[in-house]
Formats: sequence, C-alpha cells, structure tokens
Amino acid sequence: MKSSSAHFWRSLAEFSEPGKLRELSGAEFPPGASNFGNFNRREFLKIMGASLALASLPACTRQPVRKIVPYVKQPETLVPGKPMFFATAMPLGGFATGLLAESHEGHPTKIEGNPDHPASLGATNIFHQAAVLDLYDPDRSQTLLNNAQPSTWDAFMAALNDVLRSQAVKNGRGLRILTETISSPTLNFQLQSLLKKYPEATWHQFEPVNRDNVHAGALLAFGEIVEAHFHFEKAKIILSLDADFLFAHPNSVRYARDFAEGRRAKFDRPEMNRLYVVESSPTVTGANADHRLPLRAGEMENITRALAEKIGATSAAAAPSLPLEISEWVLAVADDLAAHRGQSLVIAGENQPPAIHALAHSLNNFLGNVGNTVTFSESAVANPIRQTDSMRELIQALSQDQVDALIIFGGNPVFTAPADFHFAENMARAKFQVHLSADVNETSSLCAWHIPQNHFLETWSDARAFDGTTSIVQPLILPLYAGKSAHELLDLMISPPGRSDYEIVREFWRAQNPGDDFESNWRRALHDGLVANTALPAKNVSLRPFELPGPKNNLPILEVTFRPDATIYDGRFANNGWLQELPRPVTKLVWDNAALVSPALAAKENLANGDVVELACEHRVLKIPAWITPGQPENSIALQFGGGRTRVGTVGQNAGSNVFKLRTSAALWFVGGAHLKKTGEKFPLVTTQTQRTVDSEDRQIFREATLNQFFADKNVIQKTSEDPHKNDTLFDPPEFQYAGYRWGMAIDLSACIGCSACTIACQAENNIPIVGKTEVGRGRVLHWIRVDHYFRGPPENPEMFHQPVPCMHCENAPCELVCPVGATLHDHEGLNLQVYNRCVGTRYCSNNCPYKVRRFNFFQYADYENANLKPLWNPNVTVRWRGVMEKCTYCIQRISEARIGSENANRRLRDGEIKTACQQVCPAQAIAFGDLSDPDSRASKLKSHPLNFSMLGELNTRPRTTYLAKLRNPNPQLA
Amino acid sequence: MNPEAKFISPDATLESVTEQISAIVLTQKSPRSWWLGATIAFALLMLFFFAVAWLLYRGVGIWGINIPIAWGFAIVNFVWWIGIGHAGTFISAILLLLHQQWRTSINRFTEAMTLFAVACAGMFPLLHLGRPFVFYWLVPYPDTMGLWPQFRSPLVWDVFAVSTYFMVSLIFWYAGLMPDLATLRDRASTRRKKILFGIFALGWRGSAAHWQNHQSAYLLLAGLAAPLVLSVHSVVSFDFSVAIVPGWHSTIFPPYFVAGAIYSGFAMVLNIIIPIRKIYRLENLITARHLNNMANVMLATGMMVAYGYIMEAFMAWYSGDIFEQFMMANRAFGPYGWIFWALMLLNVLIPQLLWSKKIRAHRVALFLVAFAINLGMWVERFVIVITSLHRDFTPSAWGMYVPTFWDWATLFGSVGLFLTLLFLFIRCLPMIALSETRKLIVESK
Amino acid sequence: MAQIFRRRANSLARAAIAGVVIFICANGWLLHAVYWSPWTTREMMPLEQPVPFSHKHHVYGLNLDCRFCHATVEQAAFAGMPDTETCMTCHSQIWKDAPLLAPVRDSLAKQIPLRWNRVNETPDFVFFNHSVHVQHGIGCATCHGQLDQMPLTWKSHTLYMKWCLECHRAPEKFIRPRAEVFNLHWTATNQLALGKKLVAEYAVHTAQLTDCSMCHR
Repeated sequence: MKSSSAHFWRSLAEFSEPGKLRELSGAEFPPGASNFGNFNRREFLKIMGASLALASLPACTRQPVRKIVPYVKQPETLVPGKPMFFATAMPLGGFATGLLAESHEGHPTKIEGNPDHPASLGATNIFHQAAVLDLYDPDRSQTLLNNAQPSTWDAFMAALNDVLRSQAVKNGRGLRILTETISSPTLNFQLQSLLKKYPEATWHQFEPVNRDNVHAGALLAFGEIVEAHFHFEKAKIILSLDADFLFAHPNSVRYARDFAEGRRAKFDRPEMNRLYVVESSPTVTGANADHRLPLRAGEMENITRALAEKIGATSAAAAPSLPLEISEWVLAVADDLAAHRGQSLVIAGENQPPAIHALAHSLNNFLGNVGNTVTFSESAVANPIRQTDSMRELIQALSQDQVDALIIFGGNPVFTAPADFHFAENMARAKFQVHLSADVNETSSLCAWHIPQNHFLETWSDARAFDGTTSIVQPLILPLYAGKSAHELLDLMISPPGRSDYEIVREFWRAQNPGDDFESNWRRALHDGLVANTALPAKNVSLRPFELPGPKNNLPILEVTFRPDATIYDGRFANNGWLQELPRPVTKLVWDNAALVSPALAAKENLANGDVVELACEHRVLKIPAWITPGQPENSIALQFGGGRTRVGTVGQNAGSNVFKLRTSAALWFVGGAHLKKTGEKFPLVTTQTQRTVDSEDRQIFREATLNQFFADKNVIQKTSEDPHKNDTLFDPPEFQYAGYRWGMAIDLSACIGCSACTIACQAENNIPIVGKTEVGRGRVLHWIRVDHYFRGPPENPEMFHQPVPCMHCENAPCELVCPVGATLHDHEGLNLQVYNRCVGTRYCSNNCPYKVRRFNFFQYADYENANLKPLWNPNVTVRWRGVMEKCTYCIQRISEARIGSENANRRLRDGEIKTACQQVCPAQAIAFGDLSDPDSRASKLKSHPLNFSMLGELNTRPRTTYLAKLRNPNPQLA
Repeated sequence: MNPEAKFISPDATLESVTEQISAIVLTQKSPRSWWLGATIAFALLMLFFFAVAWLLYRGVGIWGINIPIAWGFAIVNFVWWIGIGHAGTFISAILLLLHQQWRTSINRFTEAMTLFAVACAGMFPLLHLGRPFVFYWLVPYPDTMGLWPQFRSPLVWDVFAVSTYFMVSLIFWYAGLMPDLATLRDRASTRRKKILFGIFALGWRGSAAHWQNHQSAYLLLAGLAAPLVLSVHSVVSFDFSVAIVPGWHSTIFPPYFVAGAIYSGFAMVLNIIIPIRKIYRLENLITARHLNNMANVMLATGMMVAYGYIMEAFMAWYSGDIFEQFMMANRAFGPYGWIFWALMLLNVLIPQLLWSKKIRAHRVALFLVAFAINLGMWVERFVIVITSLHRDFTPSAWGMYVPTFWDWATLFGSVGLFLTLLFLFIRCLPMIALSETRKLIVESK
Repeated sequence: MAQIFRRRANSLARAAIAGVVIFICANGWLLHAVYWSPWTTREMMPLEQPVPFSHKHHVYGLNLDCRFCHATVEQAAFAGMPDTETCMTCHSQIWKDAPLLAPVRDSLAKQIPLRWNRVNETPDFVFFNHSVHVQHGIGCATCHGQLDQMPLTWKSHTLYMKWCLECHRAPEKFIRPRAEVFNLHWTATNQLALGKKLVAEYAVHTAQLTDCSMCHR
C-alpha cells in the first residue's frame, strides 16, 4: 500500500489492490447480449424496416401537417408560451418548505424554492425537485380499490356510512385514525372536530422517521416539548453528535444556507466556523467536517458525557473511560467550545436517545449559547406525541380486536412499522380498513379499501415550516385521477356529503380571520406563499436537573444503525426514477441500498463490494449486499430505509433490500449485538464513480488549503499550477471576440456541501431522462452536472471532498474542433453550444473532452410514447433523441428567455436576473453564474478571488466554469 | 540464368500459364475447399447483416461503448481494415514503379484484397454514428440548412482520404484487369460468358495502340496511387493525433500507422495466398521467392512498428507530462495491461522468427506468424483506442469497456463480408494477372 | 472466330459512358428538385381548414389589425391564435347563421376548441420567438407574405434554415421601421441604406444572429 495519506482516492479497491477492479467491473457491466431480450417476429420486421429506411430516407422529407388548437376561451392572464409561477408548499415528515411551482399552460413542470419562505430562501432539497415527477408518475394509483378490485365511490361511501353509523352509537369506540406527522392547522382542526363527534375514537400518528427522541430529550431537559432552533450563521464552533443537519433535518435547506454563510470564501476577514462531527456513518454533514470522528452510535452517550464532564456542564454520574485518542479529541473539542461561549453550538441527531439531546441542551445552556446560537419554541407539529408509543397502543387495540374501523391517511405502515409490531397481521384483525395513499403500496394492498390520494400539487391544504411559518398549499393543476385529499376524506366522515378541499381550507382560515380584510390577506398569503407572522415566538425554557441512565460500558461489539435513505427517504420515493438514479451523496450508489461496512470489518470478514451478507439481530435476519465505506466506524454497519419495496410501481421494482425487517420498536435507530455472515452470493451494486486508481493530487483537479495557510499566503492556490498564457494558442485571434455578455460560472468549494440538489434540479429543468441501473453500470448516466467525491487519508477516517462538475464551457474547447458537422461550437456570449439537431453522433467530442462532461443517448432514453410524462417536459428545451450528444448548456433556455425580454425592453440584463437551475436550487449558494464582462457581477467577483482556479487549466482549455478552492478550518490542537 | 527466373517456374510456357489461370474461372470445377470456405464466409456475412440490422434498430448502445470510452470496436475495426487495405496498392503501384518483377503474380490478387478490405473499413465509420441516417452531412453539398461540414475535423478528412483511395484502387485494378478479361472473353465456351466478359473487356483487342495507351495509363495510375498509400493511413492516424487524449496526441502516428498498415497488409496477403496456392496448385507462379520477399517486407515494417512502440514510451517519459506518463504506465500495468503485453508478443516478439530463413521457407510457420501479426495489429488498435480513453484526465470519470455480443458479431461479420467477396473474386476473375505473367515469361526466357 | 459484338457496340459503349455521367447528374438534380418543390415545402399551397378563414376578407376587406387575433405577437414567442370567443365577438352579430361558420358556433356551444391546420411550422428543435422579431422591425409580410391577398392561407416561404439565414446573415436587407411592421405593403425606397441605419438603431447584434443558440436549445 503506497503512502496514500497525502493522496486523493475514491474506492477502496483502488486504495488496496487495483487487481480487484476487473472482477468488480465484471459484475457491474452486464453483457450487451441482454439487449437481445424481447425479440420476436414483429420486431425483426421492424428491424428490416429500419435498415430499409436507411436507403429510402432522402425521399421522406415531407413533414405531415400538424394541428394548432386555440382555446375556446383563453384565460385573461395567460400568455401561451410564457410560464407562470405559483407559490405553494410541500410537506415532508410534517414540515413544510415554501415553493414556487412553474406552470406551462396549466401544467407544472418545475419546482423552485420560495425566496420569501424562511425554510427555503429560494433553495430546495432533492425531494422538492423530484416532486413533479411523482405527480406525473404513470404508476400512481388511479382508481379506488375494494379488496384489490376496482370499485366505485358510491360503494365506498355506502360502506363508510354503515361503519360510521355503527360507530356513532358507541361514540366511535372502535374507530381509529392513523396519520403521519401533521402540522397542517386545517387538518388538525378537522381531526379535533372528528374526535369531538366520536369522543372515544383515537388518533394515532406514526412515521418511520420521527422526532420522538428530540421531543423526549426536550422533555427530559426542560420538562416540556420544545423545538430547538439553531442559528449556524452566528456559530463559530459547531459540534454535531450524529446529526446530519445539512441534509437530513426538517430544516436542512435553511441550515445549509446559514452554515455556508460561515464557510464561504471571504475576501477580507479571516474567519470561518469550525465543524466537529461525531457520527455513526458518513453523511453529508460529516463530509463537511473539519474534524470528523467515526463512532458507533451506541458510544455516543459516553463521549457526550465525557464532554459534558470536561466542560462541567453536568453533574451526572461520571463518564466511563475513553480510548486515548478519543479522549484527546474530546479534550480539544471541549477546549474549543469553552473558548467560544455564546458562539458555539451543539446539536444531536434524531437517531440519538433522549439522554444525548438532554446533554446537548445542557451543554448549550452551560456554554451560554441559548439565546444566541440556539433558541427554543413550541413544536410546529400539531400534536407532538411519541409516535412509537402511539403505534404500540394501536397495535394492542388491534390485537385485542377493539378496532372496528382503521382509517389510515397516507404513509405505508405495513412496510415501515417496527418489525416486532407485526402491523400487517394485526391490521387484518380490524373489520374495516381504509388507506388513503398516492400509490397502491404494501399497506393499500392489504386494506379493504384503497383511495387514491391527490398529490400536493393537486390539493388545497396548509402546512407549517419547522419554525412554524404557515403556508397555504395551493394546487397547480386539477387532480389527474379520481383522487381525494386527506381534508376531503375527513370532511366526508365529519359532515357528509363533504366539501371540496378549497372550501375546507378557505373556511378554516376565514374562521381564523373573520375580519373584512380576509380576502386581501388570503390573496396575499397565496401570493407570498406564507401567512404573515405565523412563525412561532421564541420561548424561554429553563434547564432542570435530569437523571441519566448509568454509563454504558462493554457495549456489544457489532452494531447496526438505521437511517432514512439519502434519496428515497423511507421508501415513499422508491418509484421516483430521478431519486433512485441520483447518486447517494457519499457512497455514489444508485438504485440500491446496501449495508455500509467499514474497511476494517470488510477485511476481517473478507468482504468485497457487492458481497451479499446475512445480518442477524436477535432472531431477525436480513440479506443485503455490502458496500465498503471509508469512514464507517469499525464495528458499526449502516442500513438505509426504503429499499426492497414489494408492492411498488415499475421503477421501484427489486431496487434494494428492506431493512425495516431488522428494525424493532425497542431499538428504532441502532441495535447492538448483531451478527454478520458472508453468504457467498454476489449482487451487482452500481455507482456512478467507480475505478479511480491514481492520486488526483498531482493533477490538481481538486484544490484545498487550510484557513491559516491561505491567510499566510494568499497565492497558495495560484502556486499549485501554471496555466499557460491566454495567447499561447494556435488560434488567431487568440481570444474569441465578445461584444456583449460573457457568461461564466464560479463554484465555491468551501460553500458546497455536496447534497446533489444541483444534479436533480438540472435533470428537472433540462428534460434529462433516467437510463436505469444497467445503463448506469455501463457508464451511461445522463446527468449534466455530477458531484465528484474524493477521499483523502486513512480509510478508517478519511477526509472527504466533493466537487460539482458541469460543462466547463472552455474558451478553447477541444470538443469544438473535432466535430465533423460543427454540431458543437462557440457562440458570441462564450457558451459552448451543443446543437442536437445537427449532431450525427460520432462521439468524437466526448473523447476529446478532458472533463468527460458530455453525455450521449446510446439508446432512445427519452420516453416519447408515455403520454403521462409528456406534460412534465420543459417546453423550452429540446427532448433529445437517440444517437445525439448532450451536455450542460448553462440553462441556455433561461438565458435566451431573459435576453429576449431585455432586448424587447431595450435594456441590458442585470446581474442575478438569470439563474441556472443548479445555481437557483443550491441551498449553500455555492454556485455563481453571471456576465464576466461586468466586473461587479457576483461571478466575476468570485473569479477575481485568489482562491479561484481552473480545473486542468494547464491544458489551456481556459474553462468558463472555475472553482474556488476549498478552505478548511482545522483545530491546530488536533493537527 | 537471371535471378528473376525464380519468380516463375522455368517450365512455364505462355500456353500453360494462360490455360492454368483461365481454367480456374472458365472450365475447372471449384474444389471442395472453395465451397467449404465460401459457405463459412457466407454464414458470417449473414451474421454481419443481422448485427447491422439490429444496430440500426436499437442504436449504438448495443455495443459496449460508454462515456468515457465513446469509441469501441467500430473504430478499431475501421483502422484495422484500412491497414489491411494497404498491401494491394503498395505492391501493385510502388513495386511497379520500383520495377520489382516479383509483384507480377501477386498484384492482381492483393489489389482485389485491398478493395474488399477498404469496403469493409468504409462501413464502420457510418455504422458507428449515433444517427447513421444523416451520414451524408459529412459530405459537402448544398443543403437546405445553408451549412457545410467542419473542415477542421479529421473525420471529414477521412471521408475524402478513404473514398479517393477506394476509387483510385478500383480503377487501377480494373485497368490491369482489362486485357485478361479479353483473354477470358476469347477463351469462354458459352456465348453468355463471351458477352459478359466482352462487355467488361471494353472491346480490348490487344492491338499495339491498345497496349501503348494501356501501359501509359497504367503507369500514370500507379503514379497517382503511390502517394495515396502513404496519405490514407496518415490521415486516418490524424483522427487520433489531432485529439488531446493522452496516448492519441502524438506526432509519431502518421509514419507509424503507415508502417503498421503495410505490415498487416502483407500479413493478410500471406494468410490468404499460402492456402490458395496450395489449393489451386499455383506454386509454379507464386514461388517460394515471393513468400520470402513478403516475409522480408513484414520484417522490415515490423521493426518500424516496434520502433514506434519504443518511441511512444520514450516520449511519454521524456515529456515529463504526468498525464502521458500515467497513460503509458496504465497501458502496461492497468486493467488492460495483459492486452498490451499480448500486443508486444504478437507484433514484436513473434515476428522476430522471420530472421530465420527456415521459418521464411516453412509455409505453415510463415502462415502462423502472419496470422499472429494480423491479430497483433488488431490488438494494437484496441490498445490505442480503448486503453487511452478509459483513463484520461479526470479520474472521477474513468470507466471500463466490456465488448458485447454485438461488438464481436460486427467484427467477425465484417470478416465474413471480406472473405465472401474474396471467394467470389477467385471464382469469377483471374486471380493472377495473365498478361503480365506472359510478359514475365517472355522476358525470363 | 465469329464476332460476338456488332459494330454498333462501339457507339453503344460510348453512349454508355455519357449515360453514366447523365444518370448521376440527373439523380442529383432530382433529389434537389424534390427537396425544394412546393410539394415538399408546401410553399404557396393553400391548406384546407375546418373553417375556410380568409385573411384576404378580414385584413384587406375589413382592414383588421393583425394583433386583433394574434394578440401576443409583441410579447411572446407564440403570436397567439384567436380563441373561439374572439371569432364570436363579431360573428355573434354578423353571419351568425352562415353554414360556413357552423364549426365555430359548435366550438363555443360544445366548448370544444377548433382544430386548425398549421400553415407555418418550425420543427420542435427550433425555438422561434415572434416578439423579438417584431420588436426589432421584421414585418409580418417579410415571412408570411401578402396575407391580405390570401383567401385561404398558405406558406409564403420554405422556412428552411437556409431561408432563415438569408436574413440572419444580413438583416439590413429586410429590417424596417417598427411603425411599419404590421403594414403588409410597406417597401423602402433605399432598403440597404435604411436597413444599415435601423440595424444600428435597434441594436441588432448581427454577428450573434448566426449563433446556433439563437434558435436551437
């Protein structure tokens, strides 16, 4: 093993023996003969037709006449071809994020963040971006089902009314409602009035990814349930105890922005926050840490207690002794925290037990952070109960046959409920089950009745953000299928025949605001996307002494941890192709979840990537392929939810393994004493970033420095390479002459958190189809902007770096001069164009592209046939056909749109008027796009920064996309 | 006795030669081995058609290509076939100009081989297009878009280079064929054959005037063809050397490609001629001396190619460019290292056997060496095209290339096309230039 | 030995040589002819419509402004097609029972839109924007011809890319004062001189006009 500590590397196979790569790739690259698959007589004839077409093509030049269909009555505000934007909000895990949805002639095509909304500030995460695809998903449930047979609404109403009538007699003793976490004031009001009508009915809540621990922690520390709000922009020292606050927190979009504010390259002041992360599996947050400590989730309590003890924040029983290097680490962190009273911040993860949260609270309290970097408020959740207990009660009731009618709103408990609850079996004991759900999933298929649920873009509703800000959820389109919203279904139960969700929501809010100004307020709320001053007021809480369970010594060796999947969450997005094909931020895996094992463990059990292992906890067993993950704690195995859905649409079929099988109510997030056995089977896991067998440091593709290095020598980055002088070129004139705008992009690697939102935003904006697991495995992924990920240092705890790579739009673009038909060339604003309709597909340009950012349609990837998906396409972007090259265009459709607008208005474009999709979505504001001929544009400013560098600049391609080197802020004490 | 004698057995007379060669076409019944070979070739040809049909229907995705390795077997095969297509014109044109009489009894044959090889080669650039239906956009013509091809791109140069080479070779070959067609016309037994050969003989009478025009035209064409031999593969090599990819961007490519081309060309000639002269008992016309000379040419060009390999490695080291250096290391020791060493074995080590007179004289050994070289030259193109692409500048975008069933189908299919044409040629046209052989006899008597 | 070929075989042979040349040229010409023939381009070919709408009557006869029906031509990429109600604003008064207009009345009654046949169409990969042309002094007539002379509407030009480029390469040959854009009969006394002036005045970046990105995205 060569002295790798100084080297970037990407996959362990590469780190140890490159020889392995061939076998791996062998598994990853399926034989092309698989294409032979569905091949019958008719297809053969087609083929012959195709070959004939080659001969007879010049003849078919005559285009058919197409129709043009005007409105019967054209809406006043609508200008055909001009998109309209409507404010709405998407709830996930109960919490809403304000969005602006783009609508073309009445169908939503793209989702952006709402700049006025505190949880968004104009950015979104991957789930919001992918929501439009869910709306048009052909596999969505389209009809009402009774015992899996298509049924009618009347039939259902009849059945429901019988049940309700019988329940009315016994005050609804046998009536149980099961919902997910709810923050919607209207829905809450409806549920309350239902409970009024049926006093003995019960409302249960359950979601696999819940905040029980957080609330319990608050209860423990303050004696009441409060939400802590963190102000990362004010924090100098941040300690995360297994909290992935940059990616997997209800407020992560906002937190990412605030965190990045404290990171991004400043011109003058040499300060930057410092992030310590202790985590049980590599996460986006961990990847951004200045100091990262991989630790089994079970050991988190010990280290927290040790820390609290060092700082003196608690009088709790003495912490157990820690290994030397860890205690040193803790000491350094403790000093650093203590040195920044009021400017530091400690945050604990949802997957950590209440004790950790309580300790975190007391730490913040002791460090004087409360009121500065940490504030408290009521929970925005309507009814914050302990969901696991709530579910347990329901199960008991079911098992004792006390439940006549079980009405389930959304969710998929059969799939997600803790294994020891045996939800499916118990649910069957209820006489009457109804499941309202967007797709026919495991739960629906076992319920007596399934009712299609409307997508949030088809529904009037409301929801609260993490800070309590309330948004009206406004539909963009009439329901595509005969579905119902939760509001409507509830209303049917309360006051049949029920009203439309518009009436329900509107009337609720009128009741809140009976004044004459309701109409104007209502309109304002719809326009702004939020109801004015509904954010929860800060709440004063006082820490009270709390008891901690005795310190945990001699933990069982092998531990298994559970997490929501980075892209398909708890499985609800399993049928969303964009999310399935989005590389998981750290592992870069697509289409499957895996058991993340540490290199050490892999060596011990002699595991290779893709080896199927058998995990046993108590009597529960799970077979799942292993993925060797640097930075994974040695004896901890990380599993992600969402894989292995059995009842799911075509996209989600046999993707991943169901880890809920191992999850019990006793240990929701991690469990000790697991056993791992190698089965000998292999499973092809596919990643978008495979073989890398060389240190890329000589290549200077990724550059970074520490804060101190930079302020000691501002040119530390410039020195790392010598780019040729701009005139060192054969071309004459050496520089392409630009009259008007010169578009360019700068990406700040210090700010970028590597969340991949840019990739999926680009996919949504530019009609980029998915290609499927097999094709990704063959290296044919179509993403225009990829997020490269590098490790550096020892595999047990490497530093991690990530770098978004779009097209560089080179000044001297190698791709341009090799295209035989001139399908890729420069324009007068410095864009490197790709003209699909001229491209003949020689693929020469891709060979000659040193950045390999060009993508090719090896097959007909874009789906022309499926009518459901057509309204999803962005009408301003060509849908590419088979055999043409494509790549990042800097969202040229947006540029043209803006330019034409400004030219018609006879003015010059202002900086920030054009935002590329990736720039707009970026929660960390790491991407700046603008006119380089304007020295004041944000892009030019960043490019003039001493940290600015060009990837592979020495090739004299002179990229328009440049990077600001990553600055880190390590603690000298730990260096 | 004069040295040329060895190029034809002394007891050959004008009549015997004419009879012997024209009989193959006119009277003689095709030997079983011909039928066997033709059947196999035809089967492969069908495979080719099938693979192409499937390709046009599904798209180039059926091959193993991907990003970063966007060029796969198609381009490898293209360069390989073009290379093979070099021996013919080299033998007939350049050796003619150099007054090498030993070309006489093999030139007709190798010219045909050239045409067929180039025909195979020509298919691949079209088939490998993502949208083959618009291949004509590479040709300059007044279109409805008001656009022209981009003349900076080597692929456009290819279009001209290859088509020119094919046209000139075709005319050259036909010009040489005319007198023989006349002979066949006169010797043909049935009227139909007479008419058929007659039409293509273009009324050749063998009058002094005819001969005089013919000779000057032939010489002229030779003069035209000679530079083409050098230019075509140089232009093909530009496809790579113009690009910036490490392993492609190299000034040595043109000469090294031409040498390689002639190398593989002669190898292919030997692979075909050795069995044929056995089957059709042509030992008296295609003598040991011919084989020996060809072996010598192979040895010479082989050394040039070997020099090319060494130079590439040297330049990589000498340039001090980390990308070049990595490329070379990766070629030899990367995932595809074993292919590189196979190349060294086939193209550099094995041909060294040709230093020994015994080997050069031993038909089977010679055949095997030639076969190794043909294989080696294909592998060389694989190394150049694929191992250079699979790991270039950006490590995050590296990949592997795994050929699919369809990659192989198109490769062997094209071999089928080549052989089918060859078998038909042997059957329907005089595979040895009658007139010139007669001339040789007269001179050597 | 008997001759197989008679004397005329010679002349036949010579003819054949000429024949080959002619044959090749003829094919080239044929291909070209097909591509440019009205049959292919639909140039000057009136198109059947569900309602035989006459621009001649409405524009020449009644002197309606283009923007009365094509309302968004100045703001948007799409010039706009009149909705049924626009038609009925007049036709609920005049010709209100004309059998020719039955489809229009049905459309309003049944709330089913009219389905016109597209006369001028660009391929999906061409993103033509009316507003920017109109705002920069390209007249309707320049592309759509003398609409006021069309009883049934037809395409006045091939709309081939080559044709677009005629103007994009030299806008001064076609540009006109903004005020005259909707005037179907305006002609300049000295187009070139005026054109050069207007190109400067309207800040038309001529070099940029031939960038692929102008129309293809």
